[in-house]
Amino acid sequence: MLVYLIRRLGQSLLAVTAMAFLVFLGVYAIGNPVDILVSPDATQAEIQATVQRLGLDKPLWDQFLVFVGNVFHGDLGTSFVYGRPALDIVLERLPATMELALVALFISVAVGVPLGVYAGLKPDSIGGRSVMAGSILGFSLPNFWQGMILILFFAVFLGWLPAGGRGETVNVLGIPVSFLTLDGLKHLLLPALNLALFKMSLVIRLTRANTREVALQDYVKFARAKGISHRRVVFVHILKNIMIPVVTILGLELGSMVAFAIVTETVFAWPGMGKLLIDSINLLDRPVIVAYLMLTVFIIVGINLVVDILYSALDPRVRLSEVKG
Amino acid sequence: MTALLDVRDLKTHFFTRDGIAKAVDGVTFSVERGEILGLVGESGSGKSVTGFSLLGLVDPPGKVVSGEIVFDGADLVAGGEEAIRGLRGKRIAMIFQDPMMTLNPVLKIETQMVETVLAHADVSRTEALTRCREALLRVGISAPDERLASYPHQFSGGMRQRVAIAIALLHEPDLIIADEPTTALDVTIQAQILAEVQKLCAETGTALIWITHDLAVVSGLADRLAVMYAGRIVEEGPTSEIIANPLHPYTRGLIESVPHGKPHRSLLQQIKGMAPSLLNLPEGCSFRPRCPRADDACRRAQTLGTPLPGRHVRCVHPYIEG
Repeated sequence: MLVYLIRRLGQSLLAVTAMAFLVFLGVYAIGNPVDILVSPDATQAEIQATVQRLGLDKPLWDQFLVFVGNVFHGDLGTSFVYGRPALDIVLERLPATMELALVALFISVAVGVPLGVYAGLKPDSIGGRSVMAGSILGFSLPNFWQGMILILFFAVFLGWLPAGGRGETVNVLGIPVSFLTLDGLKHLLLPALNLALFKMSLVIRLTRANTREVALQDYVKFARAKGISHRRVVFVHILKNIMIPVVTILGLELGSMVAFAIVTETVFAWPGMGKLLIDSINLLDRPVIVAYLMLTVFIIVGINLVVDILYSALDPRVRLSEVKG
Repeated sequence: MTALLDVRDLKTHFFTRDGIAKAVDGVTFSVERGEILGLVGESGSGKSVTGFSLLGLVDPPGKVVSGEIVFDGADLVAGGEEAIRGLRGKRIAMIFQDPMMTLNPVLKIETQMVETVLAHADVSRTEALTRCREALLRVGISAPDERLASYPHQFSGGMRQRVAIAIALLHEPDLIIADEPTTALDVTIQAQILAEVQKLCAETGTALIWITHDLAVVSGLADRLAVMYAGRIVEEGPTSEIIANPLHPYTRGLIESVPHGKPHRSLLQQIKGMAPSLLNLPEGCSFRPRCPRADDACRRAQTLGTPLPGRHVRCVHPYIEG
């Protein structure tokens, strides 16, 4: 297990380094930030001073080395716009995005798995067919459109839930969270639902397909032949087998949820990293963009690592083969 | 004394897109307490489906459409799911064909055994564990504590089948349905498992329905044989008599295709043709197209006759001397 862990960590580090290079190159290919940052009537000397202050006059590879060196010190540059460390600015927004992504993940599992199992056990029933039809809508309608319809229906038409913002927050271990206050929960529900809908459909389809496959296995029939209750057959014998692919997919999807929260955050004016990224792109605030991308890469790589470890906890066969390896 | 299990005119049909497949079409047999019945037939003859029907474990689109399954005086078909569920694993147990597939890969042996005990007995976990240990020892598995903490993939095929047998024996059932339990095993392991099951059944007075396509295996084990062809029993009677003097042409064909006791290099007799599709059975006797003795009389519907005492056969031209 330890050897496996070290090997996996090495792979993760490699992925992060490769991404650092790509991100740096990609971001430096767009526009000249100085044009936006200095006032239109600034003199040539003033522009020159700004360029020097930001280190933009050095060669590209020089800037990259400085960047990598700084990354190792936890310094991802200073925001052109706010004049503060870019990482701090992104990190301030991280809890809001993580909260949104985790609640969305929770909703997609809590609703998706039971519906998927139901549809898998009764594939020909009206209920099962409706679930499948609904899931098609879930992942084929555009996310931003779903968000706007949710706002239109629940916020404008029914007036039950607020249309945007984060609401009242409380600090837990110094991190502001919304889900512990009623007002915060109300603000959280719609964006989380919006972000969850796509993943929920994915979970439903995945769970259903796996349930149908597992339910026909001999070991399920044997479990029934042992005379144990239907409930135990479903919740222990079937569920534990279908959780293996579900956990794998969800781990990968959590990363993309953090990344794709951009759309939901923009629609619902949720003050998270995604909204910050859009703002920074408009202002060509390179260090913030780089800091956001690097942090996202870091999170996704980290999640994949956790999933691999979880996977071996769920599937004893993986555990054994890794001990041998 | 009435029989432990009395199956009368059992019909299990599969409602497929291409039509109704009559996998079991009017099967009648009975099993006495402590008796071993061999249910013999080739693939697709309906022998496994008969076994699953007894426990109410036929998967859709299959369904028991009519007939009676009277177990110890109660009709399981009329009683429905309720009547069968209480008996499964407790009074009627089942052993499956492929030991690699019958144990859940993600659950420990302990979990899979203890749940079986707790499903039918109101005992503590410790007491349940003790019973599991005893059951494992009984089927010849040493170091039961270590085995209980293992997962199925850490076992060999023969060992898994022993575990499955141990699970079947947990509640000392009145009847065990064994669906080709040795087919997937090595010959040496096969012999061990056979001897083991025979011994255990004799000890506990458990009746056994041994489903197989292998006449060689079952001839040394069963008290009586029932030969199935295309969803029907074509011949039934005491094992020694059937082996010595098969009445139905199909049974004779089966026995002749077993290589035992033939001179070296002599050609094996085989049954011509293939088992018919269950969706499209020939009228009259379903064995007619493959039968060497078939004539126009075979086109009529066949009934089970008793040409000799204790011998039942579904044929108008049975092999009777004289």
